Amino acid sequence: MTSILFFEQLLNGIQFGTMLFLMSAGLTLIFGVMGLINLAHGSFYMIGAFSAALIASLTGSFWLALLASLSGAAIAGVLIEIIIIRRLYRRDHLDQVLATFALILLLSEGVRWCFGAFPLYLDIPEILNGTLPILDDIIYSKYRLFIIFMGLLIAAGLYILISKTRLGVRIRAGQNDRQMISALGIDISKLYTIVFALGASLAGLAGAMIGAIQSVEVGMGEPILILAFVVIVIGGIGSIKGALIGSILVGVTDTIGRIFLPELLKIFMEPASATSVGSSIGSMLIYILMALILIIKPSGLFGKT
Amino acid sequence: MKKFTTTLAALLIMGSASSFADSHKVKVGMITTLSGGGSGLGIDVRDGFMLAVKGNKNISVITKDDQRKPDIAVQLADKMIQSDKVDVLTGIIWSNLAMAVVPATVNQGKFYLSPNAGPSKLAGKGCHKNYFNVAWQNDNLHEAAGGYANSAGFKNSFILAPNYPAGKDALTGYKRYFKGSLAGEIYTKLGQKDYAAEIAQIRASGADSVFFFLPGGMGIGFMKQFSQSGIKLPVVGPAFSFDQGILKAVGDAALGVKNTSQWSKDIDNKANKKFVKDFQSEYGRLPSLYASQGYDTGKLLISAMSKAKVKDKDKFRDALRKADFSSTRGKFSFDKNHHPIQDIYVREVIKEGKILTNKIISVGLKNHSNAYVSECKM
Repeated sequence: MTSILFFEQLLNGIQFGTMLFLMSAGLTLIFGVMGLINLAHGSFYMIGAFSAALIASLTGSFWLALLASLSGAAIAGVLIEIIIIRRLYRRDHLDQVLATFALILLLSEGVRWCFGAFPLYLDIPEILNGTLPILDDIIYSKYRLFIIFMGLLIAAGLYILISKTRLGVRIRAGQNDRQMISALGIDISKLYTIVFALGASLAGLAGAMIGAIQSVEVGMGEPILILAFVVIVIGGIGSIKGALIGSILVGVTDTIGRIFLPELLKIFMEPASATSVGSSIGSMLIYILMALILIIKPSGLFGKT
Repeated sequence: MKKFTTTLAALLIMGSASSFADSHKVKVGMITTLSGGGSGLGIDVRDGFMLAVKGNKNISVITKDDQRKPDIAVQLADKMIQSDKVDVLTGIIWSNLAMAVVPATVNQGKFYLSPNAGPSKLAGKGCHKNYFNVAWQNDNLHEAAGGYANSAGFKNSFILAPNYPAGKDALTGYKRYFKGSLAGEIYTKLGQKDYAAEIAQIRASGADSVFFFLPGGMGIGFMKQFSQSGIKLPVVGPAFSFDQGILKAVGDAALGVKNTSQWSKDIDNKANKKFVKDFQSEYGRLPSLYASQGYDTGKLLISAMSKAKVKDKDKFRDALRKADFSSTRGKFSFDKNHHPIQDIYVREVIKEGKILTNKIISVGLKNHSNAYVSECKM
């Protein structure tokens, strides 16, 4: 194992982490502000990717497609919030889980009705194709660097939004005391719709950016959703900072563990069984990490105790 | 009195006539993946099968979606056998689901015709007289890929597949025929879409070629990311990552890749030409190898029904074993363990106008059977 390979894997982990951040930031905001467990968050990831693929096939522009993913998921978010989600805030968590799970099924089948069951084509723009030499020997995919850049940009944007703007003040107030801010005359249902749409559009953007290097297909959001939940549990539910740190932690642990654990085991096991045992433990690693963190800090790294 | 007896006789005749008609009917239970990830495969198998049996009044088909989950597939099979009373089951795409459903099904005396999954266990020690695989034994296409790698002069391959029964069969199959050494061997998580970490390993491994088996959406992600990574190694794989359903999503990254398949739309025989034409006019898209497998499964069933009644199990089984139908693959017969003996082709991904598709460039393995025949005691 060379240091070059290690560094490249570290970058891969960070890239995976920033993408997870886009998903978990929305999830944790929605939970923090409205107290809603939204299992259908992965569906916005899928809606974003499909909107992007549709616009890319019509216009041929990747940048318009990214815009479409943001707005497509945001529109879907607003509609779903007003029609369905709004009725769930006062219900208990089990009802929310049931209803949003039903939404997953409805949205998946709905997308399949519109676009068919076969994966759609969405490709990265020519300008981001290929690799970029960074440092001496390390070459890294331009597009993945772009994903890292976008993730950090959005993290910074969210930081400014939450800590420096009036909307951010309201969101923070909503997290602390819901009754009080509605008593102060703030239109709480409008605030909820905005937060929900913001979360949905971030998920949609993640879907489009990842869809371009993976595949745009029905059901693409659910595996990511599980990881996003792991992230917000590790980071502390409701905390954007926790979501950022948690995402990078999960991304790096998963990538590094998956690759280096089999290599490590090869030192004292035969290669074939080291490969299969190593990859099995590698895929459990983030859950082990989650368990360890919860033992030390039961409400997550940045959660309110 | 006389009137009564004639009425009775008439009733009896009518009764026996209707039971005569019934005994020629076959009820088929199709369990396949129709929703979520990987549903493209199930839909192709179903559409191929339905095209083959279209207009045949003696076949009724109940189709159910397994959602790619073994527990759901088992429930569906139980329900189809116990309350729907089907005679034949078919449709399962994934080997882990097949392992969960097939043994119990065939032990209850039902026939199972596999249009896709062919795990090694069901070909070897776990073979059964009522189990027929119409597609391939899992190792087959990968064996042909290994053979092709030799003839292309590859000496040091990096190989990867998902960690599930068919993935293990895939790497075993490739290694069985490939004579060179291995630069690396990885099992990835089933359903994994991001291969950045694996691609970095390939880059560092010093391999001269890459073999991968990543069916469905997994392969789309891998091919796109691999071509973006700037690694210029030749890639070889089975047809599953280059079939008609997903080529569009992979895009130009797939151009020129060699892949192995038992079927291709340009195999030159009458049955295949008719199949490709009918499929296109029925569904408005080009068929994939999965569709051809579903179609052949339907044609096999019809051929057996014309020879024997499904209730007469021994005769029906013999009729199936004869495989007396014109396959889209041309020559087709069953080996002793009820898995196909057939040619496996090497294809190349080309562009026909604007559509990506496959063209046969050579025959990889002729009259190929499988490595598990001797283990099967039937």
